[in-house]
Amino acid sequence: MSRRRLDRGAGLGLGAAMIWFSLLVLIPLAAIVVKAAGGGLATFGHVLTESETRDALLLTVKMSVLVTVVNVVLGTLIAWELVRDRPRRVGGAAGVGEWLWGKVRVVVDLVIDIPFALPTIVAGLVLLSLYGPHSPLGLHWAPTTQKAILVAIAFVTLPFVVRTVQPVLEELDTDVEDAAASLGAARFTVLRRIVLPAVLPAIFAGASLSFARGLSEYGSLVLLSSNSPHRTETVSVRLFAFIEQSNTESAAALATVLLVVALLAILVLDVVQRRVARHG
Amino acid sequence: MKSIKVTAALVAAGVLALTGCGSNSGSSSSGTLNIVGFSVMEQANQKVFAAFEKTAAGKGWQLQGSYGASGTERDAVLGGQAADEVHLSLQPDVAKLASAGKVASNWADNATHGICTDSVVVFGVQSGNPKNIQTWDDLLKPGVKIVTPDPGSSGSAKWNLLAAYGAYLKETGSDAGAQADMKKFMANVVSWPSSGRDATTAFENGTGDVLLSYENEVILARQSGQKLDYVDPSTSLLIENPCAVVKGAPKAADDFLAFQKSAAGQKLYVETGFRALPGVDVGQVSVKGANDPSNPFPTIQNLQTIDKDFGGWDAANTKYFDETNGILTKLKADSSQ
Repeated sequence: MSRRRLDRGAGLGLGAAMIWFSLLVLIPLAAIVVKAAGGGLATFGHVLTESETRDALLLTVKMSVLVTVVNVVLGTLIAWELVRDRPRRVGGAAGVGEWLWGKVRVVVDLVIDIPFALPTIVAGLVLLSLYGPHSPLGLHWAPTTQKAILVAIAFVTLPFVVRTVQPVLEELDTDVEDAAASLGAARFTVLRRIVLPAVLPAIFAGASLSFARGLSEYGSLVLLSSNSPHRTETVSVRLFAFIEQSNTESAAALATVLLVVALLAILVLDVVQRRVARHG
Repeated sequence: MKSIKVTAALVAAGVLALTGCGSNSGSSSSGTLNIVGFSVMEQANQKVFAAFEKTAAGKGWQLQGSYGASGTERDAVLGGQAADEVHLSLQPDVAKLASAGKVASNWADNATHGICTDSVVVFGVQSGNPKNIQTWDDLLKPGVKIVTPDPGSSGSAKWNLLAAYGAYLKETGSDAGAQADMKKFMANVVSWPSSGRDATTAFENGTGDVLLSYENEVILARQSGQKLDYVDPSTSLLIENPCAVVKGAPKAADDFLAFQKSAAGQKLYVETGFRALPGVDVGQVSVKGANDPSNPFPTIQNLQTIDKDFGGWDAANTKYFDETNGILTKLKADSSQ
């Protein structure tokens, strides 16, 4: 491998990127870890052995995993529906049904980002009125059941997988699929051998984002979850309590644990993705 | 490599230039006063700000409020947020600012002992009081659903839970009796929102049968058109919210604090549901949203206070809310197991 010098423009770009990244991400993260380390290992031990905090952590991880699985399946499906399954023009004009589906697709494509745009506290309020004691659907999940937490996290993480998979599907050339089909491959085989390997990295990228976001969700749970110890209290709420009690060491320790969990999850997802890609 | 260093130097210079400006001018007779308050004060302060700006002392000043949970605002001020006066929910939050040197150590040495606003703990109930909640004992009945904020993260929750404890202590006459009742109480809590305001919002959306809250918070919600009722229990706790001027603030901050405590200032707070400070005569005020607007604040038979009945906040915090050994902390942690 030959050594290459950065030219002036690239050097400037790299410098600016690194400084921006450091100011926003590296320095604050380092500060959290340093703060947590300041309390010593005892703080970590205390945070992890206290049953209320441990249950909050387990609950949050469990909910985030469940939602991520749902997102992987349904998010990919939504992306597929948005990009493919276009009305086939079999000999001339498309039917009314197909025309209608085209319009619905445009609306769905616009609306799918709303969970990103909506302040999460508003999302919590809306979901509370839909799934709370006055539920018009008769689903009285909020605020006392874990289903309410599932709904909240699913709502705020919905766009991740859809938006990572969609552009990849759009770029994917259908010629290869047609060729495979013409050689006698069944539809499922085409999906598994041609489409899936291409979109897999995008699915997993979306899954990591979705999981990490689920771990940290706070705003929508403020109203939607009852925060009962051991049952519906999530890590973010517990963390907030530590901060309010000026117990910054415990807060930093718990935040560090969350960072490690998120990092592990991203690593695991990466390894799984490579495995799946290899064995298709 | 050289170019990276140049970029770094440029960016660093830019950051310094940004942080360098914005220092405050010292003694002036006009400008902006930054008032940092706990969340409930946001609506109540609007009229008080406007009235102060019209007084001789407040002429030329513009008041700017910043609001949030009491502990959050305390930490924000500790972290350097611009503040000329603080008005928080709990005395220990201001005491902490004093021990950090942000507030004079003698901040509470005045006629009101550093208190700016008073209220009492009441039962918010759903419209028409369908479960007929009248007494603290009614809260212990099976099937009654209570909403109260989380004492871990909310100052108002501490007032609520101490009011409950004090009431049960008075009834049973012993700590053991009070704790047994508190255990039943905690088992009936269906939601522990992070702040008093979140608790009100959750309750308005149908969560629970009883909302433990400040009288002024419930009255304010009713003024804003929310459909909920409330009951003044015969035993309750006097809520006292402290205020203090931040060191280095212009004299106008002292003037504002004096205005808050004056009859004119208290009258405006009373109109939004607070009880007037002891010894301040606000005259006859009609309070919209109160159960009886012409007699808005019925006398509470047994009104307990944090100093007289609980030995002050330092003692109460250690005994009831210590993170590991507090009586109420432990009861709460065990409540849903």
